[in-house]
Amino acid sequence: MILREIADLLDAKVLAGEKHLGVEVKTAFSADLMSDVLAFAKPGSIMITGLTNPQIVRIASIVDNSAILIVRGKIPPDETIRLAEELDIPILSTQYILFETSGRLYANGIVGCIRKIEGPRNVVPL
Amino acid sequence: MSQEYEVSFPVEGENFVNAGKASVAIKQLLKGLGIQDDILRRAAIATYEAEVNIISYAQQGTINVRVTDDNILINIEDIGPGITDIEQAMEQGYSTANDRIREMGFGAGMGLFNIKNCSDSFEILSEVNKGTLLKIRINR
Repeated sequence: MILREIADLLDAKVLAGEKHLGVEVKTAFSADLMSDVLAFAKPGSIMITGLTNPQIVRIASIVDNSAILIVRGKIPPDETIRLAEELDIPILSTQYILFETSGRLYANGIVGCIRKIEGPRNVVPL
Repeated sequence: MSQEYEVSFPVEGENFVNAGKASVAIKQLLKGLGIQDDILRRAAIATYEAEVNIISYAQQGTINVRVTDDNILINIEDIGPGITDIEQAMEQGYSTANDRIREMGFGAGMGLFNIKNCSDSFEILSEVNKGTLLKIRINR
């Protein structure tokens, strides 16, 4: 799907990066924990989150997310939008909750950027 | 011909608004040096987590990045409380983060673990009530 189709599907507002709405997205990663985005998001995936602080834009820039999709109707502060324009990361905002958002995208062919975590995730000694 | 590149960024403790700024700049600089994408990402993810750690726990710190023909060497040094039990701090899920850090989407006890995963070699040196030095090596 291209970003414009994602925005239409989710009745999402485009808050930054209008000129990138033609970018194609094939994968996604949903999380409210930015450490997990850093750990698992893959280049080109769309970040789906309920956070709105400027960190989400910097994280998206670090992991090469194609866009940020904010859920639960939240509107980020101006500084987040300014930073998104500066770092060229599109931001969309939808009223749908994280579960609905993810499910609707999945039903339209977007898949997780990874399917599951391989191996145990517990104590890792140095 | 061998060519080295070195850059340092100061990071101010408790400056939550700017969290990640140094790491984004470092990623752009490394990209400009023609570093391969996956290596670039690993370096940037490691510095991001370390930067958030300085802001969250220390008074001040420095991120030093040195690029050689073979490696990216990242030293992150701070003046701060230090780490009492490094083994415990490395455990996934162990965290002493406050609400401010958690609201930002951090503080879940993943930071040092993420850094280790991005590194080819990772060393922590810490002295309680003095500070912490993280030494990260990523092979090119």
